Amino acid sequence: MDYVINATHISKQFVKNTPPALDDLSITIPGGILYGLVGPDGAGKTTMLRILSSVMLPTHGTAIVMGHDTRKDPDPIRHKIGYMPQNFSLYPDLSVFENLNFFADIHQLDPAEKKARITEMLRFTRLAEFTKRKAGTLSGGMKKKLALGCALVHDPQLLILDEPSTGVDPVSRRELWLILSEVVQNGVTVLVSTPYMDEAERCHQVSFLSHGQILATGSPAELVKSLPFEILEVKASPRKMMRSIVDETEGVLDWRPVGDTLRLNVPNHGMSNRILHNLEKRMDKEKMKVTVLRHTRQSMEDVFVHLVNTQRGTV
Amino acid sequence: MNAVEVSHLTRMFNDFSAVDDISFHIPEGEIFGLLGPNGAGKTTTIRILCGIMLPSAGDVSVLGYDVKRHPDEVKSRIGYMSQKFSLYNDLTPVENIMFYASIYGVPKKERAARVKELIEMADLSGHQKQLTRTLSGAWRQRLALACAIVHRPAMLFLDEATAGVDPVSRREFWDLIYSLAGEGVSVLATTHYMDEAEYCNTIGMMYQGKMVALASPERLKNDLPGTLVQIDCNRPGEAVLLLQDLPGVLGANIHGALVHLNLEKSGVEPKIKKALANAGIKVNSWEVIQPSLEDVFLSMVSEQLSGNPFQEQEN
Repeated sequence: MDYVINATHISKQFVKNTPPALDDLSITIPGGILYGLVGPDGAGKTTMLRILSSVMLPTHGTAIVMGHDTRKDPDPIRHKIGYMPQNFSLYPDLSVFENLNFFADIHQLDPAEKKARITEMLRFTRLAEFTKRKAGTLSGGMKKKLALGCALVHDPQLLILDEPSTGVDPVSRRELWLILSEVVQNGVTVLVSTPYMDEAERCHQVSFLSHGQILATGSPAELVKSLPFEILEVKASPRKMMRSIVDETEGVLDWRPVGDTLRLNVPNHGMSNRILHNLEKRMDKEKMKVTVLRHTRQSMEDVFVHLVNTQRGTV
Repeated sequence: MNAVEVSHLTRMFNDFSAVDDISFHIPEGEIFGLLGPNGAGKTTTIRILCGIMLPSAGDVSVLGYDVKRHPDEVKSRIGYMSQKFSLYNDLTPVENIMFYASIYGVPKKERAARVKELIEMADLSGHQKQLTRTLSGAWRQRLALACAIVHRPAMLFLDEATAGVDPVSRREFWDLIYSLAGEGVSVLATTHYMDEAEYCNTIGMMYQGKMVALASPERLKNDLPGTLVQIDCNRPGEAVLLLQDLPGVLGANIHGALVHLNLEKSGVEPKIKKALANAGIKVNSWEVIQPSLEDVFLSMVSEQLSGNPFQEQEN
């Protein structure tokens, strides 16, 4: 088995004569990596994850998960994967420990294994101090961590997570991603969806999704490399003069304000250095106060926006 | 004149300080971002600034009016838009704007022209006769903005106004906000997304009712202790385990396929590189990167927990 997930030409149409929720998606996921399905609300992320978790059938296409066809042979898949939907049902009246115990029982772990796995889950979700706390009284971030523990308690080889970081504060969000990278380090393949572009950088492979279609797939480094422009950051005062200088500078493809800073799209391959130099010279001549003038990293959001614009045909 | 002046503002609910002695100001035409997790005191602060809740202590003036003595003057001069903005779903965009125009007392003979102008601004021209419920998220958001500024407020409050909107629409939305700021409108925005705070001129980070940081995004990032380094190496998991306990390493984490290190600013790099080489880990690239505002926020929170507040606003 080469791929943990091999999905080909997946389409899903919920209502006839309307645009499909998913339109001919193909993805392959090798074992042992963290794979991100990244896109805004309504892109089709949840539908795709449901199909790959074998809880929904595609209208067209085939999904092979852990060697089993989700259409013909879904039962073995369900024992081998952990699936955490966006609204994972914890039992609010049960304690942290009791929730883990319940999910271990569902998956029929034997007593010795169960004890070891629950201890392990408590350790790595950092919930060991809270075993007796009722799940209903946990904070949002802690609930997500407990849900993650419950989805992992039966030691699945594939973990599918639908927007685990939505609605949690930055501290919990960071912690959740650290936990996920630990899961991957332990050899589990992880497929995660997120609307946050910056989280794409935390994945080994990313597919950007928009309107039911995959815009691009690759590693974060490959995706950034595919951008036909580099980005310069300029912050100088007076601001109005900075804008007009940027406007007049030859070679600048596009610019937009971000706070007090301007972000400039400039062509790759040496051009960017020349433009940087020209800006520096010009602002120096005008005796402007230059706080920032440098190359900056292209973000995953830059990549996504570029892909959407390309798809729309606006660039 | 500053659009907003807040001096030693405190708001108690019984014994609990929801807002605890905060001070800041917003110069005219500037965009101020108020950040913090749920329960930090952002909403209470906004309610007080909008004149709908009284402070327990401290002075607050908005557009030159004291919110305690002239709350109605404040209310009629500000615009407010939130994620849960109340648009009327069974009215058309034009009817919605007309409705808010009458509530805010826009003179009757000016209304038609103002509506036309706002429909153009929000790029809703093709959708004037559609019912609001059938508009997509991004259109509804722009319509909500149009309604919030129908009376040409000099001060605009945006409360989580971009939640759930795709990156392309979010950029377009901020373009609109910048053109308003360019006309002299001052803006206070709250957001959960740390990256969005980059759009603001000044940022106030709130945590447990206190203002734990107050500066420009640039300044906040520069003041972060340590240097962030991104390493591409052949065995990232092992590298993290090796480096995390070395002296001079403030943090070491997996970031997708890469390693992120936070190093003391005192030139520990050679030692780190040597440690990696001794362990036989091959470093493909070593890059100093700009911290994100999320890095800043997490650092602020951990400093706050160990008692080391930081507060100063640039003028």
